[in-house]
Amino acid sequence: MNDLETAVDNGVNVAALLGAREALTAAPEAARFIWRAASEWKSGTHTESRVERFFGLGEEQSHVREYKYDTDHPEIFASEDKGSTPVEFVLVGLAGCLTAGIASVATHRDIKLNSVTATIEADMDIQGILGIDPDVRNGFSSITVRYQIDADASAEDIAALVAQSQKRSAVFDIITNPTNVNVVVNQ
Amino acid sequence: MSHLAHIKDRCAGAVDVVVIGAGHSGLAAGHLLAEHDIGHVVLERGEVANAWRERSWDSLTLLTPNWQTRLPGFHYNGDDPHGYMGTAELVSFIEAYARSSTSPLLTNTAVTSVSKSDALYRVETERGVWTAKAVVIASGAANKPTVPAFARDLPGHITQLTPFDYVSAANIKPGGVLVVGASATGMQFADELSRAGYDVTIAVSEHVRMPRRYRGRDIMDWMDRCGILGQTYEEVEDLARGRRLPSSQLVGCGKRPILDLNSLREQGVNIAGRLMGANRMQAQFSGSLRNVCALADLKMKRLLRAIDAVADTDAQASPAEQFLDTRIDDSPLLTLDLGAIGTIIWATGFRPDYSWLDVPVLDRKGALRHDGGVVDSPGLYVLGLPLMRTRKSSFIFGIEDDARYVTTHINNYLNKTERSNHNVVYQDHSSQPGYRRSA
Repeated sequence: MNDLETAVDNGVNVAALLGAREALTAAPEAARFIWRAASEWKSGTHTESRVERFFGLGEEQSHVREYKYDTDHPEIFASEDKGSTPVEFVLVGLAGCLTAGIASVATHRDIKLNSVTATIEADMDIQGILGIDPDVRNGFSSITVRYQIDADASAEDIAALVAQSQKRSAVFDIITNPTNVNVVVNQ
Repeated sequence: MSHLAHIKDRCAGAVDVVVIGAGHSGLAAGHLLAEHDIGHVVLERGEVANAWRERSWDSLTLLTPNWQTRLPGFHYNGDDPHGYMGTAELVSFIEAYARSSTSPLLTNTAVTSVSKSDALYRVETERGVWTAKAVVIASGAANKPTVPAFARDLPGHITQLTPFDYVSAANIKPGGVLVVGASATGMQFADELSRAGYDVTIAVSEHVRMPRRYRGRDIMDWMDRCGILGQTYEEVEDLARGRRLPSSQLVGCGKRPILDLNSLREQGVNIAGRLMGANRMQAQFSGSLRNVCALADLKMKRLLRAIDAVADTDAQASPAEQFLDTRIDDSPLLTLDLGAIGTIIWATGFRPDYSWLDVPVLDRKGALRHDGGVVDSPGLYVLGLPLMRTRKSSFIFGIEDDARYVTTHINNYLNKTERSNHNVVYQDHSSQPGYRRSA
């Protein structure tokens, strides 16, 4: 296990991640997770959502505490702007996921990260959500993520980190590939 | 080796080792077992090199140059060492190898079951039963094409082919063609069909990009020289991934420096991301194309840098060529109207078929549990799987080292147990109808 005792840690416990990978290869049923959120409409376009509990490693799990999020729409949509728009939450998820991946992969590859910042831009034609033009989709037409990374590594090794992070990112996969969504009411 | 001659007259009985499959792997194992003077028989469901006879398309060639194509005690000695064998030539090559061997070989003898009781394996064939102390599975890694489950829900007007069905562009009906997969197979189909005038779209997942020739040598030559092909399964960091790696984007043609997505794009091939499924008449592609290409470009650069380290000390090497990064449209295709597609070709890989294997040695994904060819059941061995012992295990010239290891292991195993009596009375089936032995 010497190769796990890397000099660089970036605050990531790579040994634990690799240990988990090994354990879950042997017991794949424990790898089945269920993620949850609960939401409640407040008023107008404002909704409050909470996350706390999830299922994984064969049993119920919990965050260290409950997290609350407000979603709303900005004033130009005649809303009260009590939180970020839901589509911005998608960008928050993508940034969080890709950056966590970069930190993990960097640590595994013994690369010390000094700073990692990103800006994300997503293009959307709101003729879609307003039902003006049926040929325009509701969602983003494209997403651009721009990373600025200062690390003790070559430009190519940094590019490889970011590429590997995308390859292993759940949110990147959720956005780039289709998912069946079931919405049921009053059941 | 009188006992080998004796076995040659039989199609059932007791023997030390049964080798299943007379492709290059099984014949190499037979050749080396004969060198060890170990009683054995090679069983082949069809003719020698059966998969190459039945399951190849017209333009298929080896991805390794002729000079590199060699087997234990046998090598290419034709007049085109830098060429790449087509199927017919390869079948002749393997047939000649079979003829040169003293190994007892039974063709047209399909194995229907292998089971184990106590220390002995029972190998049932269509023509009789063999019992053996050891069995070598050399039936190949590519017995069945892998096709995603959603294929059966695609519109009925589309002709769906696998590489086992594809013959040539002449057999493809008019209309658009969607080639799924960008390994050597998919790239070759997309290239061939676009040259034949078809409107081709290729769906691209993770792939391995590399030039055919670099700095004056074949890429396979360099990969051997710089030690990449010799990397062992114990050295490779992620073995499961290494064994799943798709074949490199190569074609057996020395005149083309590289067959890559850039060259297909210049030919007018549409490049899309991985095919994820279809929503009625719309095929849906992943939005990850840019990243899978970035990964392939980065890995190719790393490979060429490793080669440069060796080539820089090679007086015969020419200067380093540069290859442009893969060019991607600003908005790559996310959907495709399947109404315009006449044919889908699934170049999505192959898997072995172990449906006849009644020994509990498969993992939950259906792969053999083995340690460098030594299967997780004493006396059971395998040959011819990707990265079985080294990265060159996939290639014909890689089988010699693997087969030497496995046959030496078998020799030690048999010495530990008791060698069977070679004068055992065999049940003679040689007069049965349909009995046929290789010349």
